[in-house]
Order: sequence, then structure tokens, then C-alpha cells
Amino acid sequence: MHGGCRALIDFMETFIGPLYNAIIIMGEFSVLIGGQAGDGIKQAGNAIARAFNRLGYWIFVYEDYPSLIRGGHNFAIVRASSKRIASHRERVDVLVALNQEAVDRHSWRLGNGSMTIFDSGLVKAEGLGIPMGEMVRRRGLPSILRNTIALGALAAVLGIGLDVVEDVVRATMGKRVEENLEVAREGYGIASGSPRGAQGPKAERVPGGPRPLLTGNEALALGLARGGMRIYAAYPMTPTSALLHYIAAHEDELGAIAIHPESEIAVIGIAQGAAYAGIRSAVGTSGGGFSLMVEHLSLAGQAEIPTVIVLGQRLDPATGAPTYTKQGNLFFAMFAGHGEFPRAVLAPGDADEAFHLAAEAMNLAWRFQIPVIILSDKHLSESTFSSSFEASRAGEEPPKLWDGTGDYKRYAQTEDGVSPLAFPGGGAVVKANSYEHDEFGITTEDADLIAKAQEKRLRKAEALEEHLSGKETLRVHGDPDSRIALVVWGSTKGVAVEVAERIGASVIQPLYLLPLPKRELEKRLEGAERVIGIEGNSTGQFCRWLRYHGLRVDEVLLKYDGRPFASDELEGKLRGILG
Amino acid sequence: MNTSDLKTYAKNTWCPGCGNFAIELAARQAFAELAEEGRLKVENLVILSGIGCHAKMSDYLRVNSFYSLHGRVVAPATGVKLANPELTVVGFAGDGDAYGEGLDHLIFAAKRNVGIAMIIHNNRVYGLTTGQFTPTSPRGFPGKSTPKGSPEDPMNPIELMLASGATFVARAFSGDLQHLKRVIRGAISHRGFSMVDVLQPCVTFLNTWEFYSKRVYDLQGEGHDAGNREEAMERAREWGYGGGAERIPIGIFYEVEKPTFEELVLRGRKPRELPMPDIGRVLNEHV
Repeated sequence: MHGGCRALIDFMETFIGPLYNAIIIMGEFSVLIGGQAGDGIKQAGNAIARAFNRLGYWIFVYEDYPSLIRGGHNFAIVRASSKRIASHRERVDVLVALNQEAVDRHSWRLGNGSMTIFDSGLVKAEGLGIPMGEMVRRRGLPSILRNTIALGALAAVLGIGLDVVEDVVRATMGKRVEENLEVAREGYGIASGSPRGAQGPKAERVPGGPRPLLTGNEALALGLARGGMRIYAAYPMTPTSALLHYIAAHEDELGAIAIHPESEIAVIGIAQGAAYAGIRSAVGTSGGGFSLMVEHLSLAGQAEIPTVIVLGQRLDPATGAPTYTKQGNLFFAMFAGHGEFPRAVLAPGDADEAFHLAAEAMNLAWRFQIPVIILSDKHLSESTFSSSFEASRAGEEPPKLWDGTGDYKRYAQTEDGVSPLAFPGGGAVVKANSYEHDEFGITTEDADLIAKAQEKRLRKAEALEEHLSGKETLRVHGDPDSRIALVVWGSTKGVAVEVAERIGASVIQPLYLLPLPKRELEKRLEGAERVIGIEGNSTGQFCRWLRYHGLRVDEVLLKYDGRPFASDELEGKLRGILG
Repeated sequence: MNTSDLKTYAKNTWCPGCGNFAIELAARQAFAELAEEGRLKVENLVILSGIGCHAKMSDYLRVNSFYSLHGRVVAPATGVKLANPELTVVGFAGDGDAYGEGLDHLIFAAKRNVGIAMIIHNNRVYGLTTGQFTPTSPRGFPGKSTPKGSPEDPMNPIELMLASGATFVARAFSGDLQHLKRVIRGAISHRGFSMVDVLQPCVTFLNTWEFYSKRVYDLQGEGHDAGNREEAMERAREWGYGGGAERIPIGIFYEVEKPTFEELVLRGRKPRELPMPDIGRVLNEHV
């Protein structure tokens, strides 16, 4: 580093340092690390999150990246709080810049006391410059190790012990562990040695934790497995590709097999073949892939094949902005498929809910022999959450099985419309049929049989509603007696809950969008003077769905630029509405 | 086992003289014979069909069946085999079904060598939709969608399957029941992916009965080496599904052993017996 530059930094550190601590919200830190694709931003974000996690903090990590492999601008915002959080904020306390673009794009996020840590060889900025590039070049190491230097420096600034950094490096680095440890220590040393580093805000250990850090996709994988999934089939598509990767990498622990066939059509066809043969299966995709699956969705309805689909929404129509988020497929999930048949659409809002609802989706699909869609989106699937679920609370519930007496009728008429299941190889002749069929599964065009078969399937919808009436289908957060009710679904939950607590509102969050927990919603919305729907789409689909059911929504707050609401952003908008 | 035990109460609605009758009977006889010989448990047999005239096999045969979607037979068939490799999985599909709408699945099944037998009822015309050209119709075929004649040359599914890595590729003719039954037996008994292109007349929309009867000859009767891929390819090119050929080979073009998809994916694991997930162990990685 040049001496002049060093002097300038020292001056800045001395000058700004005292202000710094005053700005930081007590017990809460927000760190943004940015660079170009290939700089290991995601990995660094994960390592920073783990460091805070080891100190007991609740974590939320937002990932933002364009659809490319090298170049472009990637960043992760790691937020750590002594209180439970599930959203990011626009303001950050520390900006870690691995290139100039990170400073240019994000300096607006910095407050008076915020700090920038940067690679002084590449970046012109105020704050703590560290010659990261030079440090890796000197050792002949790849440039990606700059992110470990940044981790070390950040930890020193925040007063996190070197032992924590070393522990995190060992846990997260698959390769070059020793080299990573060495550069992390050096980054740590430089930062602790600088007066600026010593004056930074200190992340004290807080009670509780550490907690497992899970992305929505990872939580979905665990929930599906816990719900009995044995085969997972998917064709890669953001934002659920990582679900496929995770299951493929953890087949033994999850007791599941991951396969990657030639198309989403093959994916769902294979999953349904497996289900017909008695093996619980699931598929994952995004809107484009789901479009290809729709004919088989209808088949699931008609042939009554348990079919679990994870639909990770992203910004569309068509290819849209593939790595950005949107909640635009609600109506698509609810109404896709030719014909009238029962289904369930579930919308988890964080990792814990993703786990439980994924297990529940498996059980519902098999209990009622219907398609069940789990609506995720990029923001839920790829963000990281502190999780606190009890895995033992979710398990595989046995479906209604044939008792082995008499001739087996795959589509036997029953009171609740659910016919007992039997599988090939078990002695019964099992006939699944996409045509309208009689009770044995033989094709029919008889008017009376057609009507009876349709009524039988529709009875399952009633049975499903009745079954769900005994379950938690809706959650209320914030102040339940507030005059202001925020209605949200899916990934918008986290941000709404946080803001509701600050502005004194309640949050009404249905976990089931279809069937809609109408009575519960009526009860909850009755007392509210102002009902504000918040959605990550441009037409307010869920609010329309509520109105379709005769439920009141007074205002609709929408965001459809591919970026999820940040908590300070949403708070500002709500305060604007509320006056 | 009596072959009539394998029939359901469904009323048969194929046109009198349809080639499907012979395919259905040959399949039923093949199943019954293999069951008699202890080489097949009927309760472990699963048939699948697409949509089209052929697909009524699912209604007519009293065995486990999955009457699927047009073009998609191969996908659920793959799922059934993967879920329970002890099952014998036989897919029936039409030429529009397997070579048109769902061609990609057929190619990938061959590429993967998944342990299913695909029997293609190839009448070279869409019957159930009343007479349009299919991927194997001859050029100039005057179907309802191409009244001035099909502008496309037919595809050669035998050549295509050989190129795709299929480990059992055969052709049969619905007019030679005994031969057809032998080939279907061979396809079912083959370990891995097998495909049989069954030439059949559509008596209503494209009656090829006489055309085939005059031209077919049995490869196995002429010393064809089914273990030789080059020779198989040469024989496959002897007739390109057009109108002008002198001779049309039927029988087994190619047969070779390779590890199957389900063996490679499952590595001895049985999906039904996979252990319950150890979530606690997984969560430890995430702290």
C-alpha cells in the first residue's frame, strides 16, 4: 500500500471512528459484501453469516446476482440481530467491496458511521483498505481467496475472535483450508492493527444460538425428505436448482434419490410413475418449467396420482430476469391445468415454514391423492435464515391403503372421495387412467359414470378443507389487536413481521392459499380498520383472490422490480400510506 | 396360464382387421408364456400406454396399467422402473406418440438404457384423430392435414434408436403373429431398454397390409449378426419407411448388454427401503 493512501485512511478512521458506534442499531449488524461473479460472494456471505451465528445472532442473508457466471455484480447482505429477523435492510453498517463497482453501487446504503472495507489494489474508497489482491498474488493463490481476507478483516473490525474466523473457515472451505486460514489471519491482523479497525462496532456474544442456517431450498429439501420423499426429479432452473443440488449431495442423509431427466415434462412424468408404483416423489422447478408440467398436473387430478411440486417463482413472464424474485405465479399455481380437480397450494414464508409445509405437502398429496404445489420464490428459496424447527414434529403419515379383500378398485367410490391405494407388485391389479374411468380404472364415456367420477374427485376437495380446518392454516404476527392489518403470503412474511412490530400493526399470513382459510381470514380481518395487502407482484393477485372470496382489502402495496422489500424500505412506504 | 385370463371386461372398439388385435394377442401370449415359464410374475407386470388407438391396451389387458398422456409413456415407465426395479415394465405407444409428440423421451430412454420395453404400434398414420400424417408416413401421404401430400420424408426409427444407444432394437409385423410374439418376448426379457417398431396396417386410414406382406423378411432367417452395430445400421437403412423398397427386414437388428439406468442410479438401494432421513445430522453442517 502506498504511504499517502495509508495516511489518508488513518485520517479518515480517526475522524469518523467516534461517530460510528452511535449509528449502529444496538444488537444488530448489516454487512454487504459485493464483487463480481466469480469472486465467491455467496461463499463469503455464508462465512460471515456463520461467524455471527456462532456468537448467537439470528441471521438473514439476501443474495443478489445477475444471470451469468463471470463478471457482472454480485452481492450478499448479511444481517445479524439479537432478535429474530427474516429480512434485510437497505442501510448497511459495513460494506465489503471486492471491486470498485461494489462501492459505486452501494455507497448510498452507508450512514455516517458506516465502514467500508475494500481491496486497496482495486478500489478507491474511504475506510479500511487492505491489499487483498497483492496478498493472494504474493502467495500464488487464486483471486477468490480475497473473500477470506475480507472475512478476516471484517471479523477484526467487529471484534469477533480469530478463533471464530478459523472455525468458520474450516467449516466452509472445501479446498485450500490451510491457505484460507493463513490469509484470513493476515487480513485479521492488518485490520486489528489499524486504528480504524480497533474503533469499529463490536459484535458481542448474545444469548442463544448457534442455530442451523438454512436457505429456503435447503429447508424444503429436509421437509420433503421428512415427509417421505424417496425420489426427487428436477431439471435445473433458478431458483430451485439448488434444491436439486442439495438433495443430490445429501442422498444418504436424506434417504432420497435425486435425478435430472431431459425436461420438466419427463421430470413430472417420472415422478408420477414412481408415485403410481408406491414411492413418494417430488419435483421442483420455476414458472417456465411448471408450464411444461401442466399437462401432467391435470393428469395428477384425473388419475389421482400424488404429485408434489415445488414452484420457485422468479421474475417473469417468459425468461424475465431469471435470478430475481417475484410472487407472480399465484394464479398460475392455483388455476393451471385443464379441467376441474382438487389441489392444494401452500406458501411458506421462511425456512421453518418451508420445512414443515414441505413435509405437510407430501402427506396431503398422499392422503388425498392430489397435486400439491409449494409456492416458493427466489427470495425464499435462495435467502438464508436462522432456523429453529423441531424436525421430529414432521413425519410421514400413512395414506389410506387397500385392505386386500375382494377385487381391487383403484377408483373405488368412498364417502370422502379418497380410494384406498394399492401398488403394482402387491397382488392387486392397479389401473391408473388419464381418461375418465370407472371404479376399476377402465375407460368410460358413460354419462352417469362420468358425473359420479367427477363428484368423487370433488368430494376430496371437501375432505381436504375439513382436514385442514384442524391445522394451522394461517398465522398472525405483530399486534393481533391492531387496527392495521398487513396481509402477506410467502416470502413477504419476514419483512412484514418486522415492520409490523415497529409500526404497531398485525400481520395476517395464510400458509394455505388454496384452499383458502376463509373463515379464519374473515375472523382476523373483521376487527381491522385498515387492511393493507403487500405482495411482490404487479397486479395484487392474492388481494384479488381475497376479494373474490368477499374479503376486504383496502390498500395494496406492490413491488415488482425483481427485488424483495427491504425492512426500512417497506417501513417508509407504509408510514407514507398511513400518514 | 390361459391368455384369456389377461383380458378385462372392456369392450373392444378397434376396427375389424386392425393390426392392434395381433399386437394385443401377441403381447398377451408373450406375457402368458413367460409367466408359465416362471420368467415373469404377472402381478409384477406394469404396462403403460399413451393416447391413440394403441393405448386401449391399458383397458383391454387385465394387468397393472398406467394409461398416460399422448407422447409421455416413457417418462412414467421410467419412474415405475426406478421406484421398483423388480417390476417388469412394458410401454405401448403409437408412432405419433413415440416418434412425434414424445420423441425426446424415447431417445433419452435409449441413451439411459432404462429397463423398460417399448412396443411401438407403427401404423404410420394418426388413426384416432381420423387420418393425419405421422413422423413415419411416406412423403406424399395425403392425410387430412396434408391433402396435397405430406411434404416431409419419413424418419427411420430403427436408425434413430441405434444412434441413440438402444441396447435392443427390433421390428416386427402385425401380420406375422408368431414372429411378433417372439420379438416381444425378446424385448421383455432383455435387460435394459428395448424397442420394437411394429408395422401394422390401419385398415381405415392407411392399409399397408399387402405392401408389408409382400416385402417383409426375417433378419434372423438370413444370418444377421445382431451383436454387430454396423451391420444393424446397414440393415436398418435397407428400408427408409418410404414406398419404394423391395424388401423390409423384420426381427432383431441389434441386441447388446450394458448396465441399466436403474442399476447405476440405485446402486443396490431399493427406494422403498431407503432409511428415514437423519435431519439432525444434516443440520450439524449448517451451524
